[in-house]
Amino acid sequence: MSTVTSYLDRTSTYFDRKTIIRALVAAALFLVALIVLPEISGADWITTFTSVAIYSVVALGFGILYGRVGMISLGQVALLTIGCWIGARLAYATSLPFPLLLLVTGACTCAIGVLVGLPALRLSGLYLALITLMFAGATTIFLSVTDFPNGGGGWSGVSVAGQLTTSTPPVRRPSWAVADVAFYRYTVIVAAILFLLALVHVAAKPGRAWATIRESEPAALAAGVNITLYKLWAFALASFVTGVAGCLLAAQVGVPRAITFQTQDSLTLAATALIGGIFSLWGAVIAGIFNQLLPFLFSAQWNVSPNYLLIIFGAGLLQVLLTAPGGLAEQFPKDMANLGRLAVRRFRSLASGQGGEGS
Amino acid sequence: MIEVNGLTVRFAGVTPIDDMSVTFPGGTCGLIGPNGAGKTTFFNVLSGFVKPAAGTITAFGENLLKMADYRRARWGLRRTFQTEMAIEKLSIFDNVALIHEHSGAKRSDRNADVLGAIEFVGLTASPQDKVGGLGARERRLVEVARAVVGKPRVVLLDEPAAGLPDEETGHLSSVIQRIPSEVGALVILVDHDMSLVSACCQTTAVVDFGRLVASGPTAEVLHDEHVMRAYLGTEDAE
Repeated sequence: MSTVTSYLDRTSTYFDRKTIIRALVAAALFLVALIVLPEISGADWITTFTSVAIYSVVALGFGILYGRVGMISLGQVALLTIGCWIGARLAYATSLPFPLLLLVTGACTCAIGVLVGLPALRLSGLYLALITLMFAGATTIFLSVTDFPNGGGGWSGVSVAGQLTTSTPPVRRPSWAVADVAFYRYTVIVAAILFLLALVHVAAKPGRAWATIRESEPAALAAGVNITLYKLWAFALASFVTGVAGCLLAAQVGVPRAITFQTQDSLTLAATALIGGIFSLWGAVIAGIFNQLLPFLFSAQWNVSPNYLLIIFGAGLLQVLLTAPGGLAEQFPKDMANLGRLAVRRFRSLASGQGGEGS
Repeated sequence: MIEVNGLTVRFAGVTPIDDMSVTFPGGTCGLIGPNGAGKTTFFNVLSGFVKPAAGTITAFGENLLKMADYRRARWGLRRTFQTEMAIEKLSIFDNVALIHEHSGAKRSDRNADVLGAIEFVGLTASPQDKVGGLGARERRLVEVARAVVGKPRVVLLDEPAAGLPDEETGHLSSVIQRIPSEVGALVILVDHDMSLVSACCQTTAVVDFGRLVASGPTAEVLHDEHVMRAYLGTEDAE
């Protein structure tokens, strides 16, 4: 009785201490990424950080589908490709302001993503993974055969020469974010908004409905959850954020080519998303770092072939599946807490040991 | 009142419910029978998971079988499952709130209704605790809280006492007995624990091989000769 009443008091203030601390930490990290990082890092790092932000959003889409609803989709990078393609096309063909370009690209990708999600109403697990992986393969093949828009004008976007030339105009960037650093900041802000959008969903009615579906579909039905609606809703949200990320990527790369996107990227994304942690939004940020920052460190900084990363991701995935299903996002704070306790115990025993000698 | 008429369910070659007609008048009604008698299948028909081959079900004057499965919760049908299905990743509050927000009840009533349901079942854990960390007894109570939140009309309890020790069944029994008067819902209770059924149910229906064997006031039914044979017959044979 008393717990219930005190809970009512607490919920009437709406935010409890834990939530406030989490929000403050997130805000602080956001400000560091927005203001401090560009000040202390060089030009090539900035491009990589932009990619980290973009792929975090893609991992976020994967996390919504698999971590929240339990639908494994290996077609997320294909949706990123499609977003990139639509973004590039619209940028060449129209003069829409950039934020509107992002929204329209997101909406178009969302429509395609919902279509891809239709099989998920009947299939689950391995079968859904296979179908979506085939979708990713088909997208790669389609865009290679038709030659990814190479900067020609109009809707088709294929230049007459059929070849990239030095005069190929890049996909435009927002007018106040043309330089790399400014565009990095723009990307971080858009990514933060997309994460907030996901948070609003996860913490509210859709998030609870998704959790029920993930646990058991009969229980969800008995609870009155419209399973068709909420599954497609998850696909719509995941595809929207991925489409927006694709448009950002088009503007970042300037002249996107089909070769940039490989079917296997979908698998790497799934692996890094699982390592990062699919039950937490932070996991998506970690996944973005693993997916983009590590290859950069390997190839550009340490002169090691980034292909070795596949082995590392494989081992990481095995470790996560066996011992830490919540991924780094859940495991790392626990490990740090344990380490802290261990350090305190060690320190105390040392101190008491010395005290004993002294007396 | 729920009236079932000529209900038949067929799975390939098996007829778990065979031309069953039964009336649940109100209050708490027991539904008992040996394993495989068709009790859970009957609940699955009510929930909409199983489409019957023939028959009608009228609940409070409405044709239940015509309703889409997920709409039945909004209409006021609630159930618990044999293996409890409270959602581990959500808090107790969110588990109950989830049902409330799909039940068509007013959003402004949500906090009070949800906390009221948690209090009704006598859960003492903090509503913010994750269900994943609770014991078997508390998870059962979370399920019952989910079943009573937001003005249900019919509550189906599928072996709620399974796996609980006697003293905890006692508390559960007192909660179930209060549902008709305090929540205002008709309760159908399936359980193998006869003391729980006799304590909670004014009327009881007995099914065997998908057919109604007997129904009426619980005390009379439990002493019925056919019931003894159908239900406890195995014990006599031993």
